[in-house]
Amino acid sequence: MARGTDSYFDKLQRTRAWRSVFRSGSGYSTLHRALAIQQNVFLHLFSTKVRRRMLTFRATWYLGALTLGTFFILVVTGILLMLYFHPSVPQAYADMKDLKFVVSSGMFLRNLHRWSAHAMVFLVFAHMFKVFYRGAYRPPREFNWVIGVILLLIALLLSYTGYLLPWDQLAFWAITVGSNIASAVPVFGGKVSFLLLGGHQVNANALLRFYVLHCVILPLAAALLIAVHMWRIRKDGGLYVRQSEPRIEPSAGTLRDSQPDDAVVKV
Amino acid sequence: MSDNRLGENKSTPSRAGQQISRRKLFAKLGMASLGAAATGTMALTYRFLSPSVLYEPSPIVNAGKSESYPLDSVTLDVNSAIYLIHVQEGFFSLHAVCTHLGCMTVWKPELDVITCPCHGSQFSREGQKLDGPAPKPLPWLKSWIDDEGDIVVDRSTVIQPFQFLRI
Repeated sequence: MARGTDSYFDKLQRTRAWRSVFRSGSGYSTLHRALAIQQNVFLHLFSTKVRRRMLTFRATWYLGALTLGTFFILVVTGILLMLYFHPSVPQAYADMKDLKFVVSSGMFLRNLHRWSAHAMVFLVFAHMFKVFYRGAYRPPREFNWVIGVILLLIALLLSYTGYLLPWDQLAFWAITVGSNIASAVPVFGGKVSFLLLGGHQVNANALLRFYVLHCVILPLAAALLIAVHMWRIRKDGGLYVRQSEPRIEPSAGTLRDSQPDDAVVKV
Repeated sequence: MSDNRLGENKSTPSRAGQQISRRKLFAKLGMASLGAAATGTMALTYRFLSPSVLYEPSPIVNAGKSESYPLDSVTLDVNSAIYLIHVQEGFFSLHAVCTHLGCMTVWKPELDVITCPCHGSQFSREGQKLDGPAPKPLPWLKSWIDDEGDIVVDRSTVIQPFQFLRI
């Protein structure tokens, strides 16, 4: 808004404390704006410059960013829910009931966590369909598609492991069915199920293992792969917009497959 | 006002005029609503972090009827770590944990002292230190009579000594 005028934010940016934290300095020159991204530990994953058409709604429908948003909501609400949850039998069920009926805002946070989880799975699929039908998975972005598929599996596993934690009948039988599916895998299915549950049936060990998977291992893996996923967007030339892709001569035979539209015209 | 808002904004600094551009007003309203939402979130988070129910023993102990404590008796309740003492002036309650290193003291009627088995601290029945390494006297605890006529002691509230409960 007040880019030319001296806003409070401009004054704040010139203070010594601000300059000690954000080393790129204030200013609206192209260099300053690029440095603000490049010199920030969190933002430096992203491109310092983005084409305007890559940020339009029709390019991505913002599905990846919305997925990331649900992930942030899930991390914050999940950490808060952990403060009232003991992963032990039968305390887990009582804690879930307490969150619902006793803890202030507990029902709100639990439902926010649950609905965000549903939304995340939906948005991950929607994001993948959008990427698929726009052909944004094609070279040089194939590896980012692979990372995305792993992230889909992690999102599903997060939903699955979170399912057991309320320790009610639904949770118990859902995990029983799920681990039976795992044990149907030939040769090592039984071992996978045994390691997953920490035993032969859904019990205290299974609850603790699913809790550790749900709250530590899978979120850490997801955060790591999300970082790589974001970094690869920059490395692979930004978000996919066909007009911004480099033109490839029809004679460059090995890359013809990556430009199906051109190939059709040529035929 | 409607034409060239940015130019007008530059020509009339905010300190001089009552004029404020529509864009600035909406920006301020937006920031204010964000601030209100952030404040509300912090208040709700604080309430969430404060447990509504505690699964720990209550600091308030019901010691029963005064008739069960005869005159000149010193009664130790080991579970709640309090003494209930009946003297000429009335009833009072002492915290039974030694002020030295936290051992449970015991009443020695033959010596007329409260002693600590760990390091030998000795206290009078009013809690005053007589001997040993204890740095402070045993604290007096707030006590009162409830509606049913029972003596009730609040272990979390220390009172000044020699405030007897008279019945």
